[in-house]
Amino acid sequence: MTTQPFIEIIYLIASALFILSLKWMSSPGTARRGVWAGEIGMVLAIAGTLLHRGIIDYKWIAIALVIGTIIGIPLGLVKMTAVPQRTALSHAFGAFCVTLVGTAEFYLRSPNVPHFMMAVLCCEVILGSLTFTGSLMAAGKLQEVLPQRPITYRGQNIVNLGLLAIAVAIGIYLILHPGAKQLFPAMVGIPLVFGVFMVIPIGGADMPTVISLLNSYAGLSAAAMGFVLDSRLLIIAGALDGSSGFILSVIMSKAMNRSFTNVLFGAFGQVQVAAGGKEESKPVKSVSAEDAASILMSVNKVVIVPGYGMAVAQAQHKVRELYDSLTRRGVDVRFAIHPVAGRMPGHMNVLLAEADIPYDRLADMEDINGDFPQTDVALVIGANDVTNPAARTDPSSPIYGMPILDVDKANIVMVIKRGMSPGFAGIDNPLYYMSKTLMLFGDAKTFVGEIVRDLGGVQAEVAQSAK
Amino acid sequence: MLAGFIGFEVIRRISPLLHTPLMSLTNALDAIAVVGAIILVGEHKTNFSALLGTLAVIAAMSNVVGGFLITDRMLRMFKSSHPAKKP
Repeated sequence: MTTQPFIEIIYLIASALFILSLKWMSSPGTARRGVWAGEIGMVLAIAGTLLHRGIIDYKWIAIALVIGTIIGIPLGLVKMTAVPQRTALSHAFGAFCVTLVGTAEFYLRSPNVPHFMMAVLCCEVILGSLTFTGSLMAAGKLQEVLPQRPITYRGQNIVNLGLLAIAVAIGIYLILHPGAKQLFPAMVGIPLVFGVFMVIPIGGADMPTVISLLNSYAGLSAAAMGFVLDSRLLIIAGALDGSSGFILSVIMSKAMNRSFTNVLFGAFGQVQVAAGGKEESKPVKSVSAEDAASILMSVNKVVIVPGYGMAVAQAQHKVRELYDSLTRRGVDVRFAIHPVAGRMPGHMNVLLAEADIPYDRLADMEDINGDFPQTDVALVIGANDVTNPAARTDPSSPIYGMPILDVDKANIVMVIKRGMSPGFAGIDNPLYYMSKTLMLFGDAKTFVGEIVRDLGGVQAEVAQSAK
Repeated sequence: MLAGFIGFEVIRRISPLLHTPLMSLTNALDAIAVVGAIILVGEHKTNFSALLGTLAVIAAMSNVVGGFLITDRMLRMFKSSHPAKKP
């Protein structure tokens, strides 16, 4: 592919901007600058490409760019709770694009494709198409169009691995015989099926890992496309995306105490059937919103542990009122965020930020766990498994070894929960039966609202805000 | 390879606070694949390749626009927190 040096320079600048853009993402203060850098880089790259000598037909480019923009705008304006679905969907789009380009390139070049290029092309198309359907499935599960429960059957792994093996085998055959056009559709089609099968057995709790993994695949397929088209810009952008997705999935797996293969091949749901169902009738202490309010009023240090249940109940803004009301009274309020809280990496931070809770009050698991023993009240809202002390104490528990928030070490634990039903993993939580645990049964939003009202009812002196 | 390494180094240091915006940003960057697709459409070698290319440009472009838009929206929310309450 012949490219003028001028375009090469533009691409170089764009690549540099992309790297800077990610660098600036490392702190909230500079993150928006990072987005601008990315945008400028993107505009430069597209403009540079339009100057490409080989381009003779601008009409369809323009039409496609406009349609893409029109589709993109609503995708950029979804609600914050829907961000995980949107992200999965955009992975699907990205992979779709890569697959289409790969397919077109193959038919343009076949049968004169060098071995190396054919190998890369195979990677591109296989990764692209499995990411496409896999991401669509993930988006469907997150949007709850599809059942969230893992769907499993016997021999599932064999079927899945077999499919992948066939696709790879076809890929190898094509590398050796690039002229075998009739096999190409199979190489696209089989990974498409594999993508569906890959995500079907994965349950809702593992979604953060899966999304990161698909992110990584989408990036890698784009990088492969960069090799096919001999475009350094694409290789760089794809590699950045691929490595970021990879790191995130490693972080997520660690947070769930699962290995990659475990997430991909072991459906979580099966293990718990045996674990659930026992010890139903242990006594729990339940208190009213009024009591909870009076306890909260008399303490100094509160850590709120939000989970996805809070987001489902749309309670973020009530939680923010609670935060305000307590802070005004001089109570030190912090938020403890488990790495897998929410449906994708960092999702909970975004949800709380949307409710205007200052980000310096949000603490990671590692930072806050040491503070729980000095905490007066740990208020758990809509979180379950990430607070389950069985992960620390009970080797027979399916989640044993998973890093958790040590809320059980706080002086008092309050849990807002709709009922005694177990969480995602279907595991009973011993936390609820501890003598210092107070259960607050009810809808998170109304309950927090009631606490806030009761707090306001008592005319306390307005203390200066915490710290 | 180099880019992968740089990416690895840079991203490892990003706090979990920003993981979601990070992912939507890399998503937008990933859509740089639009470049390849544009050339494909532009060169118009066969109708088939131009058709696939057009679809590809649409898909990638929606990622570019949507990705940057939502990343910026998220980050604006982080910005709107109250600096006065910082410890």
